[in-house]
Amino acid sequence: MATIQSIAGENEQHPDVALVERVRNGDVSAFDTLVRKYERQIFRIAQHITQNREDAEDVMQDAFLKAYEKLDQFQGNSKFYTWLVRIAVNESLMRLRRRRTGKMVSIDEDVETEEGSVPRDLADWAPDPEQNYTQTELHRILEKTIKGLPPGFKVVFELRDVQGLSTEDTAEALGLSIPAVKSRLLRARLQLRERLTRYFRKKNSPAAVGTADLGVEK
Amino acid sequence: MTCTEFLAMLDDMIDDSVTTGMRADLEEHLHGCEHCEVTLNTTRKTIQIYRSHEIYEMPPGLRERLHLAIMARCKKGC
Repeated sequence: MATIQSIAGENEQHPDVALVERVRNGDVSAFDTLVRKYERQIFRIAQHITQNREDAEDVMQDAFLKAYEKLDQFQGNSKFYTWLVRIAVNESLMRLRRRRTGKMVSIDEDVETEEGSVPRDLADWAPDPEQNYTQTELHRILEKTIKGLPPGFKVVFELRDVQGLSTEDTAEALGLSIPAVKSRLLRARLQLRERLTRYFRKKNSPAAVGTADLGVEK
Repeated sequence: MTCTEFLAMLDDMIDDSVTTGMRADLEEHLHGCEHCEVTLNTTRKTIQIYRSHEIYEMPPGLRERLHLAIMARCKKGC
């Protein structure tokens, strides 16, 4: 998957800045270009946080509308996408709080978990383990596996590892410190690895954790 | 190097942001430690699998809905 931010030199203008300028000058089609460029990524972030498809659809729409309305507040010294992610994360958290009847939900909540800080299941994986599942099964496995992570871990993993943002941009987009991003990323990676081992271990490897419960028969 | 020290550098190793000297130390540890080698390889594979399989695909029609909402907002003054 292509990474989000193209690498631009320090003096080179990011293509998004030109698009934002066009929108500011009344060209709505330039905003459509920005929507098409980032809609899937914003939808995934919203889905990771809200865990609800309807909410994610609403969040995506609200986030882009809000970005459109507040475009004057966008400072050219930050990247458009990190600014947009910040809006989407806030919208997602608001939606989640509403669902949880006002209970505080925060992305910077540091969840201390035993799980994932030290690898426990050290079984090696089968070569090309995803080949052992159909696409539908694999999607269910990947979705179920990432669902169990705290929201802050999921979003950091999504931005850093799936979308390819730098640690600095991830920190800026989420309003986190760089050490906080690094700490969440390590734990997210290790927890996902540990959980995927249930499905992807070599056939003769001893099971160190409970049997995978996905309804996927192997 | 201990396994704990290796683990502390795992992300830097994956992200290829270690110095040449540190890389040599990490690789030396890897040669003698099957557990850390498995952890490194399967963590890399975890990232690669999530990167190449897009979960949460956007439902059809959502883009059109958003486009209409933006146009409606624009009519009110943009």
